[in-house]
Amino acid sequence: MGYEFQPDFGTPASRADVDVTLSIDGRSVTVPAGTTVMRAAAEAGLAIPKLCATDTLKPFGSCRLCLVEVEGARGTPASCTTPVAEAMVVRTDSDRLRRLRRGVMELYLTDHPADCSACAEGDCEVLAQADAAGLRTVRYGPGADHQCEAMDVSNPYFDFDPAKCIVCSRCVRACDEIQGTFALTIDGRGFGSKVAAGLPSDDFLSSECVSCGACVQACPTGALQERSVKELGMPDRAIVTTCGYCGVGCTFRAEMQGEQLVRMVPWKDGKANRGHSCVKGRFAWGYANHKERILNPMIRASIDEPWREVSWGEAFAHAASELKRIQATYGRLSIGGITSSRCTNEETFLVQKLVRAGFQNNNVDTCARVCHSPTGYGLKTTLGTSAGTQDFDSVEQCDVMMVIGANPTDGHPVFASRMKQRLRQGAKLIVIDPRRIDLVRAPHVEAAHHLPLRPGTNVAVLTAMAHVVITEGLADEAFVRARCDWDAYCDWAAFVADARHSPEALAPVTLVDPPALRAAARLYATGGNAAIYYGLGVTEHSQGSSAVIALANLAMATGNFGRPGVGVNPLRGQNNVQGSCDMGSFPHELSGYRHIADPALRALFEADWGVPLDPEPGLRIPNMLDAAVDGAFKALYVQGEDILQSDPNTKHVAAGLAAMECVIVHDLFLNETANYAHIFLPGSTFLEKDGTFVNAERRIQPVRKVMAPLNGFEDWQVTQGLANALGLGWTYTHPSEIMDEIARLTPTFAGVSFAKLDELGSIQWPCNDAAPEGTPVMHVDSFVRGKGRFVVTEYIPTDEKTGPRYPMLLTTGRILSQYNVGAQTRRTANTVWHPEDLLEIHPHDAEQHGLKEGDWAKLASRSGETTLRVTVTDRVAPGVVYTTFHHPATQANVVTTEYSDWATSCPEYKVTAVQVSPSNGPTEWQEDYEALTERSRRISAEAAE
Amino acid sequence: MSGSLERLIYMANQIARNLATDADPVAATAQHIRSFWDPRMRAMILAHLAEGGSGLDPTSRAALLRLREAA
Repeated sequence: MGYEFQPDFGTPASRADVDVTLSIDGRSVTVPAGTTVMRAAAEAGLAIPKLCATDTLKPFGSCRLCLVEVEGARGTPASCTTPVAEAMVVRTDSDRLRRLRRGVMELYLTDHPADCSACAEGDCEVLAQADAAGLRTVRYGPGADHQCEAMDVSNPYFDFDPAKCIVCSRCVRACDEIQGTFALTIDGRGFGSKVAAGLPSDDFLSSECVSCGACVQACPTGALQERSVKELGMPDRAIVTTCGYCGVGCTFRAEMQGEQLVRMVPWKDGKANRGHSCVKGRFAWGYANHKERILNPMIRASIDEPWREVSWGEAFAHAASELKRIQATYGRLSIGGITSSRCTNEETFLVQKLVRAGFQNNNVDTCARVCHSPTGYGLKTTLGTSAGTQDFDSVEQCDVMMVIGANPTDGHPVFASRMKQRLRQGAKLIVIDPRRIDLVRAPHVEAAHHLPLRPGTNVAVLTAMAHVVITEGLADEAFVRARCDWDAYCDWAAFVADARHSPEALAPVTLVDPPALRAAARLYATGGNAAIYYGLGVTEHSQGSSAVIALANLAMATGNFGRPGVGVNPLRGQNNVQGSCDMGSFPHELSGYRHIADPALRALFEADWGVPLDPEPGLRIPNMLDAAVDGAFKALYVQGEDILQSDPNTKHVAAGLAAMECVIVHDLFLNETANYAHIFLPGSTFLEKDGTFVNAERRIQPVRKVMAPLNGFEDWQVTQGLANALGLGWTYTHPSEIMDEIARLTPTFAGVSFAKLDELGSIQWPCNDAAPEGTPVMHVDSFVRGKGRFVVTEYIPTDEKTGPRYPMLLTTGRILSQYNVGAQTRRTANTVWHPEDLLEIHPHDAEQHGLKEGDWAKLASRSGETTLRVTVTDRVAPGVVYTTFHHPATQANVVTTEYSDWATSCPEYKVTAVQVSPSNGPTEWQEDYEALTERSRRISAEAAE
Repeated sequence: MSGSLERLIYMANQIARNLATDADPVAATAQHIRSFWDPRMRAMILAHLAEGGSGLDPTSRAALLRLREAA
């Protein structure tokens, strides 16, 4: 396949449902009303010259190149700003138009480099448009120009070259309209006009620019260009695939030169991202070729020894031998596995199959244990299925957004941009978060209500909101009567209506201003289509599941289910965390969220797999670690997960891992967990494999191999190698066969196949006979469980209490430029934005503790202590501190505790009682850990035979 | 918390507290533990129950008694 640019129709498509027929160059063209003449022509295959127009941005009409003639109209209107009309007669080419276009292009060329490299490579439209206009010579002599202006090379991923800039404003408009950051402007007037980032003293790096790449993609010249293109040249082929970072699941074109990735460009037809991207997916892929990637299997007898590289065969045989030995010695239940939310559905399915069919137990879990397991429990309990209710497009019909415990501009930036687009159109925003997240006040966006609750009081706040809805008569009783269990509703309504649940009564607990909470509740209940978007600030609590249930209660009571613009929408963290849960990664259920105790279900799998299955639920990750410390759990296969860095109470995790006799880490790098591993199996990146991911909107999307795995195998092949060393006799030759098996065994995936994914691009489950092309919005006519179930959620304070010794509350989160434990993004230039984890502290608290910006602080809890630098900010409330967990040098989870959600054991990362004090250096733990890491990562010079 | 048994006692009590508003808290607690705890965890806490079950709240104790009867 050769390289082609993505089609550009010049202006966005019209969504009108009335058609208009016109004539363009004698051809009859029918398009929706509201379509521009430029787009109508482009859709008919008639390309009108353009520079300032692109179909991802609103029409602008500045370059004057797209002029056309319209019969009966005066002059030559710009086709990009002229809407079609019935019976309109348009000419796109004439002597007059050619003369005008030549004149325009002649002026552009007077200030464009004669040796424009981007023009030469085909990545600059100026020369192409000059050719199209038939321009051969420029009549004007040398004069003032911008050819000597300095380039801005501050951004690590792209450069701005003013010499190539034609000041068309596409970059500025992309930053405004698509990304919503408003970081760019056209500074100056007339000849002095130039693109500027931030203030006059700023460059791109120091400005508010978030490096989403929208400006680079919009630029019609080489003025804004990826540095990788400058270094490597233009790509020669492109393959559409799915991003390996967050749960938004952006679709990209991996643009390649042979096996070399040149750039990742968001695909305009991507249904999750609609052509947008963030700094991670767009630019932070350099880890794929990082020098620290491990490409050969390694083993060692003890974690005190250096690693020894071995052949794949020896690694598989050794792993199988150890697993068998341990089961023979300590019992069938003494081993288990962890599936990866970064790997594909097919790979995840195979790991849980390996555990259930090969290890013959159900000791399999996944990283959703520590993030969205309460979502699974809460939504299944109330609605009947463990997933969000809407597609992302639904936000376009939303009138009120309630964002609780999520920070979309950092965690889910591409969807955050779509949220901001809708908010700028007039939708109202409620933010419930201890911190003043960026969405509370962004350019042209301001939350109607920000409820800065005390960490750990989500359930109390949501119950108080429900109290307002019920006691003020704001419930949608007609919806509830038709769609929900009425008796359960009455019990719930009586519960929340109790005076002890009023905003005023709960204010001492929640610290939320009662009038503000009442106003927020009224807005949610009466503001039109109301949608809830939530994240780990809801789930990672001792009442995480209760809070999810409370959200579902609130949405049911107000009739906010079953149509676009509403619903309860978890913003899932990792790229395939939804899929890993769908695939049966939890120890109590098989794929499709069906309990392992069901004999008919087990029989289905047993018949397919040819082995008996254990009917008992297996161990969750924290229970595996407890059992390891007890001496009962001795071996673990971990695919693509770094539990030592990501899971709470690091010392306990380390103790559990150290107590095991065989830890198999299957990953790209020697991660922190690998410090305690005995076998290392090299992993492959998302660029090196075929398969599928499921994003936060249940969208199953293809992941396509764009280059050969550097380690020689895709991850599913590695798991198959291990399975076959254990004697399982698997014979998969392609991931499509695994998906066929998933579809065969999982009703919600029954209609999914690689062929259908190729045909449709993506599919939202459920996909079956009833919904052969998938289900964008769930619970339309009835809930999956039948009647929606209201469940009373009594607020129970966490047992993690502040007191004289630990007087402050720590809450944790993430930042835009880093991803999860940082294993990937720390190995990219993204570290320029976030080289270390920082402790956010309120100015009042900083002064009380004698801390200034940049000082080292010791952060101590009942679990442990660490040190990190502070940043002083009033975005956190007094008494609350905040940090991220992206850097192993900080080990934020040394501090977090083992308190967890009552229903799912999801850790309470968001509430830790801490003491903050000045410090002058790393803690003893940090020093010891650094030494351990250095010792543990030694690789013997002895090569594999 | 330290030690598996102490954690299991805490978990059982936490489940019972959160299911206290259920129509039948004892049955709901028992069902939750039956559905989500692995056999070794159940065996550990039932052994603790057999030794007096110190630290167990009334609802979680009743739920475990029910689990023991059903076993």
